[in-house]
Amino acid sequence: MAIADAEDLPLFVPTKKVYPQSVSGPYRRAKWVILVFCLGIYYLLPFLRWDRGPNLPNQAVLADIANNRFYFFFIEIWPQEVYYFTGLLILAAFVLFLMNAVAGRVWCGYLCPQTVWTDLFLVVERFFEGDRRERIKRDEAPWSFDKAWRKSAKHAVWLVIAWWTGGAWVLYFADAPTLVRELATFTAPASAYVWIAILTFTTYALAGIMREQVCTYMCPWPRIQAALTDDDALNVTYRYDRGEPRVSVKQAQRLRSTGAPAGDCIDCNQCVAVCPTGIDIRDGAQMDCIQCGLCIDACNTVMAKVGYPAGLIAYDTDDNVKRRQAGEKPVYRLVRARTLTYVGLILLVGGAMVYQLATRRTAEISVLHERSPLFVKLSDGSIRNSYTVRLLNKRPEARPFALTVSGPAGARIEAVGSQATADLRPVVTVEADSSREIRALVTVPADVRLDKSQAITITASDLFAGEVVRAEDHFIAP
Amino acid sequence: MAEPHNSKPQIDAATGQSTTGHEWDGIQELNTPLPRWWLGIFYATIIWSVGYWVVYPAWPLVTDVTRGVIGYASRIDIAEDLSLLKQERAAQSKGLDKASFEQIKADPELFRIAVAQGKAAFGDNCAACHGVGGGGAKGYPNLNDDDWLWGGSPAEIQKTLEHGIRFAGDADTRVSQMPAFGRDKMLDATQIRAVANHVRAIAGLQTEPKADLAGGAKLFADNCAACHGDQGKGNREMGAPDLTDAISLYGMDLASLTETIANSRNGVMPAWRQRLDATTIKALTVYVHSLGGGQ
Repeated sequence: MAIADAEDLPLFVPTKKVYPQSVSGPYRRAKWVILVFCLGIYYLLPFLRWDRGPNLPNQAVLADIANNRFYFFFIEIWPQEVYYFTGLLILAAFVLFLMNAVAGRVWCGYLCPQTVWTDLFLVVERFFEGDRRERIKRDEAPWSFDKAWRKSAKHAVWLVIAWWTGGAWVLYFADAPTLVRELATFTAPASAYVWIAILTFTTYALAGIMREQVCTYMCPWPRIQAALTDDDALNVTYRYDRGEPRVSVKQAQRLRSTGAPAGDCIDCNQCVAVCPTGIDIRDGAQMDCIQCGLCIDACNTVMAKVGYPAGLIAYDTDDNVKRRQAGEKPVYRLVRARTLTYVGLILLVGGAMVYQLATRRTAEISVLHERSPLFVKLSDGSIRNSYTVRLLNKRPEARPFALTVSGPAGARIEAVGSQATADLRPVVTVEADSSREIRALVTVPADVRLDKSQAITITASDLFAGEVVRAEDHFIAP
Repeated sequence: MAEPHNSKPQIDAATGQSTTGHEWDGIQELNTPLPRWWLGIFYATIIWSVGYWVVYPAWPLVTDVTRGVIGYASRIDIAEDLSLLKQERAAQSKGLDKASFEQIKADPELFRIAVAQGKAAFGDNCAACHGVGGGGAKGYPNLNDDDWLWGGSPAEIQKTLEHGIRFAGDADTRVSQMPAFGRDKMLDATQIRAVANHVRAIAGLQTEPKADLAGGAKLFADNCAACHGDQGKGNREMGAPDLTDAISLYGMDLASLTETIANSRNGVMPAWRQRLDATTIKALTVYVHSLGGGQ
């Protein structure tokens, strides 16, 4: 019977629609600045130019999927160097952990695209439908022309923003000015339209409709964050030592004059009204809280009005609240094992990446021994092995490489399809920013005694820049 | 088991479900019909199949099949795919069909395309005898080495590819015929042994202790030198191999040589002109030439 009862329960708590009220204050201002900055980068970066010479695209940030290249200002990544992205992701994870150890969910509250775009969509919502009370009232009221046009206009503008978001996304994958022209004349590739449609849908759905539910139900970070936080991490905290018991200003005066306890919280509910996730910060630290600091702004405004000191809600730790309650001094420890470890790991990974990037080669060679036949006997009795040699030139100009071989005495190398030589060495020219595969023949004279297999090294030397790359393989004899 | 005994469907007391009315030894069967959605799909597929018979080829007849109203056939599809593929390849070939071997050699991109196409065609047509990388086998020449029976220049390779060797179906095929000296009773066993020893001698190989080298040399001059040359250096005009180099097609040990002299070999290669188009043969030529032995 107990099971049958459980089956009757709904699986989800019905969603309560959140109507965040507008608020002003230093945290809100910081969020505006970050919003303009981040969105500015996102929407405008594809148009930034970066001269790489005549043979390469001049877009500062470009993921050139068709040609297998990724450009980021002065950095050009080839597909086999995709581990830089792994490094970036590891770095991003540690930065996230560090932010969390210092001041909680800084990422969620200020930087996360979900937060930034939701903020932007809320601006549009307020513009057409007014602030919190007005929106609640209109939603409760029956449908009218006023309600209809305001809602339609809001959704229309949301869709335009969402479309523009998808539009900016595809610009990172092709020459931006060209693609904009193609999009305007409906001659862009189909994939561009498909991706714009997908991102239009996700932006509209996530930032317009789902909003805080994305953070609460879809995002794994709140769960992970809860496991990573510690007693010294600053979090948006309601200082209940100072706020409780909640009474009005007048009653507080009366109670205090009699020596009875009275808190500073006047229970005005402003912190709840402005909250974008619709929670009550006074319930303590909770998973739904994205720690955007808007309740701090709201509370400080009220505190100033009633003549109480600011900071009833502030970035603080739960331990400090307890300390104050016990009459002790609060403790702030920014430098501690956890933060130092994260900083150390960030420097380590970042340093390794910078080192790798600074010392990486602009040429590469790989050699593959021909397997059928393993070796060939020539008419004068000498033995020849064939190799497939691939040379990579990551520079923006064509480079000639001279091939040499070392190993068995008298070994000589030829490059099929290349007549050029320098000091009797075959020369293979690799075009700018590309790779070239050639068949190389290594021949050892008949009078040299050979084992069944011996190591050889094939070396390619850039005739002008002097860069030398080597690859090792084997020379097979009968 | 007894035959089912039919009775009236009734409501089963334990489950509240209706029975089918079938009864075996007192045990009744519950009526559990197929789900409606399942039946719905089942009937829909039947209706669908009727439409399919009309539109697509379906029923086998005595000598033919019902063709369907849209005239579809998988053969037509394949033919279309193949012609599309040909068009695409022609576009990618960038004038390979018109380029000369010198032009292909001078243009790295054209050379790359020719080698790639040649390699693919080689795998389809030539690898069965010559091996995947042209490494050859006994009786099938290794195309990687610098020893050519009929010539290793692009023009000669192309001619061999087009017309084949000793191929009955091609009038311009490369022809030469080494006599079967033993089978046709031109030389006896002792003489063959002497010639074989002589051939080993001029190739720089060990001979038998009591070999009649002088007699072998005389016999060679009389019977073999016309094609293989006085020194045994061969003659490409006749496809006569150089007997003195380090490479042999059928083996240089005494037994193999005896077999070759006694019964002859005369391997055959088909003429590919009738099966492959000119561009493919050109690509094959460039590929074979690029394997390392090209001259």
